[in-house]
Order: sequence, then structure tokens, then C-alpha cells
Amino acid sequence: MALERWFRRNRPTRKEDDNAPAGLWLKCEACNAQIYRKDLVANAYVCPECEHHYRMPVEARVELLADAGTFEPWSGGIRAEDPLGFVDTQAYPERLEKNQQKHGRPDAIVTGGALLDGEPIGLIVMDFFFLGGSMGSVVGEEIARAAERAAAEDRALVAVTASGGARMQEGALSLMQMAKTTVALEELSRRRLPYLSVLTDPTTGGVTASFATLGDVIVSEPGALISFAGPRVIQQTIKQELPEGFQRSEFLLEKGMLDDVVSRKALKEHLALILRLLRAGRRERDPGPEVTRAAAV
Amino acid sequence: MPLPFEKPIEDLETKIEEMRAYASEQSIDLADEIGLLQQRLERLKRDTFDNLTRWQRVQVARAAGRPTALDYLQGAFDAFTELHGDRTLGDDPAIVAGLARLGERSVVVIGQQKGRDTKENIHRNFGMSHPSGYRKAMRMFDLADKFGLPVVTLIDTPGAYPGIAAEEQGQAWVIAESIRRMSRLTVPAVTVVIGEGGSGGALAVGVANRVLILENAIYSVISPESCAAILWRDAAEAEKAAEALKLTAYDLLELGVVDRVVDEPVGGAHKSREETIRRVREAVLEEIAGLSSMGADALQEQRRRRFRDLGRFRDAA
Repeated sequence: MALERWFRRNRPTRKEDDNAPAGLWLKCEACNAQIYRKDLVANAYVCPECEHHYRMPVEARVELLADAGTFEPWSGGIRAEDPLGFVDTQAYPERLEKNQQKHGRPDAIVTGGALLDGEPIGLIVMDFFFLGGSMGSVVGEEIARAAERAAAEDRALVAVTASGGARMQEGALSLMQMAKTTVALEELSRRRLPYLSVLTDPTTGGVTASFATLGDVIVSEPGALISFAGPRVIQQTIKQELPEGFQRSEFLLEKGMLDDVVSRKALKEHLALILRLLRAGRRERDPGPEVTRAAAV
Repeated sequence: MPLPFEKPIEDLETKIEEMRAYASEQSIDLADEIGLLQQRLERLKRDTFDNLTRWQRVQVARAAGRPTALDYLQGAFDAFTELHGDRTLGDDPAIVAGLARLGERSVVVIGQQKGRDTKENIHRNFGMSHPSGYRKAMRMFDLADKFGLPVVTLIDTPGAYPGIAAEEQGQAWVIAESIRRMSRLTVPAVTVVIGEGGSGGALAVGVANRVLILENAIYSVISPESCAAILWRDAAEAEKAAEALKLTAYDLLELGVVDRVVDEPVGGAHKSREETIRRVREAVLEEIAGLSSMGADALQEQRRRRFRDLGRFRDAA
């Protein structure tokens, strides 16, 4: 009985299944080291041997960035429709339902209010495991609402992106979410509230080409794939080998597209520092009762 | 080369031509017969073009001989004066831009330019822009704002170019920035999708107060071929993907993605270029006139709301 409980406790949940192979032990996909699964999870899904950053479940990401007990969910009140009656090898509503059941959330996103090292933020976290983190009407609307609510509540906005791009099953309406999320950032901008964008593996297509790259400061995690067109599409188009490290975060940092590449363990502290530095500037320029509560650097 | 479904139309046209030639050769009067065939031809054209499948419309949208952006800039506008370059990297031939007159007004125009033949297609990169093209477009937005000139954009691209340099120079970044800059315009902005509206590369210059589309143009989140390759794992299923994506003018009107469909002459824009160009001119004139009473704030607000409200979802029960 005790043994059975021990096994059950250590059995990975479904969500973790998606992230890394199941089992007590796994072989690191980067360095081949045998890693104890609990160590990987305890290490924020970073390989303790080689620092390879695994894709991280949404809940773990929230826990990583939000101060304990401060996260208050905003998303979850809306559900996707099937505006095109889209059927490929499976009908879109069926695909959605399967993902909803498997991942325990209505769509590929979680948003909420939180404190990040004491700084009030609106937090957006995309779920790549849910239909490839694709952006349809619900994802776009949740992002827009989170940006608007953050502005209304005098919070900064932090968006952690992970997405294959726009959701094909909602056709041109998905494409329009690129414009929707972009215009929804205007109020934050007008109120000079910081918007920090964290691009994680993978961030591609219409998400990269809209709100994800409009941050006042844009950082990424080591080794993350960040692109407009995916590597396969480019290879098929140009019929050439792609350069080493092409479209990875370090490469894009070198090309001037990112402010920094920050390891996951340093991420929260890094974001907190930027938030404080920007808030201090804002306070000097525009002193008001609503901003003075921000901590000094 | 006729499109596959145009073959019966072309056959009938050939037959009428032959009959005319025969009549004049033999000096006989076949006017009644020819008249009847002419009527049949008009009926056939109408039946064919009223009942195009989505995939067939994709073919019309891409048809050789369809007017390109430059055809409109030179035909629908007066005094088109091209302005080149992005002031950073170069001049992208896949986007043409400049100043023009439209009726009583000066306007800033931006068009995505496909080639009219193979040579020009290679020069224009088949209408697929690099970041430089979007930077040029953004420069035009600034110019329009500064001088209070309405902006007209013409969309016709398979998509932003997927290449190494394009990625290195921040294709995604410039598209996002272009969307933002266009949404912030303080002047009227009108977009016409004249051919292919290919994904983010099209939307980058499509954040207008009024978005028009030609009857046989398409606008989609992904090309039918790429969609088929991903979802059906077979690019040959593009026909199915085109149906599923609902990418035609009337589909998009129903979804609220476009505001107005500009009818093409029966037989398609590639068969009636002058008339199509004239209709686009009329439509754009009307739209700009309709927006001209709005102030800067109202224009920005209307444009933002238009895009902020797009999408379909329901409240959780």
C-alpha cells in the first residue's frame, strides 16, 4: 500500500507528460544525462546537468513568476466557437474538446493579476501544449482583455509567449487577432505602463509578428526557437541549409532583435529589476498617487 | 493560358470568332446565329463565375493578367509619383509606394506588387516583401500623418518572404510594428485586397478604417497549400483546405473581416482590366469621402475598435 502510494505520488501528471518523457527517470534530450524527473521539475524544467531549458507547463510558469499566493486568474470566462465549421482530419470542436479535457483549461492561454517581486502585473502565459499554443479568437480576446485590465488597474504587463502562430481553424479571424492584440496594448502605452515580453520556445508565426515583439523590453530563454516563418518552411522555399543556431534566441540577440537572453532561474529577478527601473523613470516624469506605491529600486 | 474552368468559355469564344471570320470571308449574314451564341456565352460566363468554388476563386485571385498594384496606381490614380527606399537597408521592389492624386485629394499609396511576367516576378520576388518593404510602408505612414494625407493600401501578396535574411532582419518585428503604426494613423486609411491577401504579410498594411476586397480576391491566415501540408499532410489537398478556410470575399464579409466587396466584371478582373480599375477607383473615392468628416481621434478610435472587436467566441455557461 505504501509502495503503491509512493508510485502514485511520483507518477507524472498528464500535463507533465507533454513536456518531457514520462517515468521517474528521463534522458536529457540535449546532453543525454540521466535525470531524476523530480530534480528536473524542482529545477524549473531546466536540466541540472546541461542547463537545457525544457518547455514548461503553464502552472509552473505562473509559480515561477508570481509571488506565492498572489496570482488571481482573469481568463477562462469565454469559449471558442467554430465560425468556419472547420473540418480537416477532425472537426475543430472535437479537437478543441479533446484539448480542453486533456489540459483542463478552455483554451491555449492563462491570464491573471499577480505581484512579481512586489510589482503589480498582469500576467499572460500561453500554453503550447494546447493546440500548439495557437492564437484564435479566444486567445486573442484574453490577451486583449488582460492588456486592458492591466492598464485600468495600473499594472505592468508581462507576456510569456509559446505558440505555433495563428490558429488555422478560425481562418482570417485568427489572422485578425494579430491586429486586435496589438491595438489592445495602446492604453498601457498611453499610461506609460511597462510591457515586458518573454519569448519562450517556440514562438512563431502570427504571435511573433504581433504583440509578442511589441514589448518595451523583449527577452527570451536560452535556446528558444523564435521565428516568423518556421525553419522547415524556409528550407523548402530556399532549398539551402540553414545557418547554425538560426532563429534561436542567442542568434536573434546577436542580430539585435532581443534585449537579452535570460536563464529561467534568473528570469523573475531580471523582470523585477526592469519593472522597477522603468517605474522609477515614470514616477519622475509623471508623479501621481497611483504610481508612488511602486517600490524604489 | 485559360484557367481550367474557363476552357468552355474560351472554346465558345473561339467558335464565335471563327463564325465571324467565316461570315466575312464568305460575305454571308450570320448575325442571328452569332447573336445567339453571344447570348449563350454571356450566360455561360455568368453561370461559371456565379458558381465558382473557393479553390477556383483562389485561381482567379492569382490569375495571370489580373491587374497588379502598379496597374491601379497608374490607372486608378493620377500623378502617381513613386517614392523609394526604407532609409535603412534598401528598396524592396515587392512594395511600391508614393504620392498620388485621387479626385480632389492628394493621397499616400502603398501597394504590394507581383510581377506581370516572369522577369518582373523575379524582380518583385513574387510580391513577397522583406522587412525593408514594411519599413518603407511605415515611412509612408509617417509621411501621410505629417501632411494629413489619406492612406490607400493595395494588398496582393502570397505572404511576407520566408528567407534567411528576412528572418535575420526581423520579419516578425517589422510586421508587428507596421500593424501598430498603421493602427495609429491620424488620417483616413482605406485598404483594398486586389488579389491575394497572404497572412501577416498582408495584414501589415491592412489595418485600415475601411477594408475592401475585390469579388474574386482572397484573404487568409495561411495559403491553402500550406494549410493542406500541415493539416492533411499533403499539399495536394489544397482544394479541401481552400474550402475549409473560407477565404473568399463573401466569406470574409460575413465574418466581418472586410467591410465591402467590389464586384468584378463577369469573367473576372483579368478579362476586364480597365473596368475593374475604374470600379476600384470609384469605391476608394467613395470610402475616402465617407471618412473625410472624421477627425484624427475619431479615425483612430474607429480603426482600433474595428480590429479590437474582431473574433467569435461565447461566454462560458
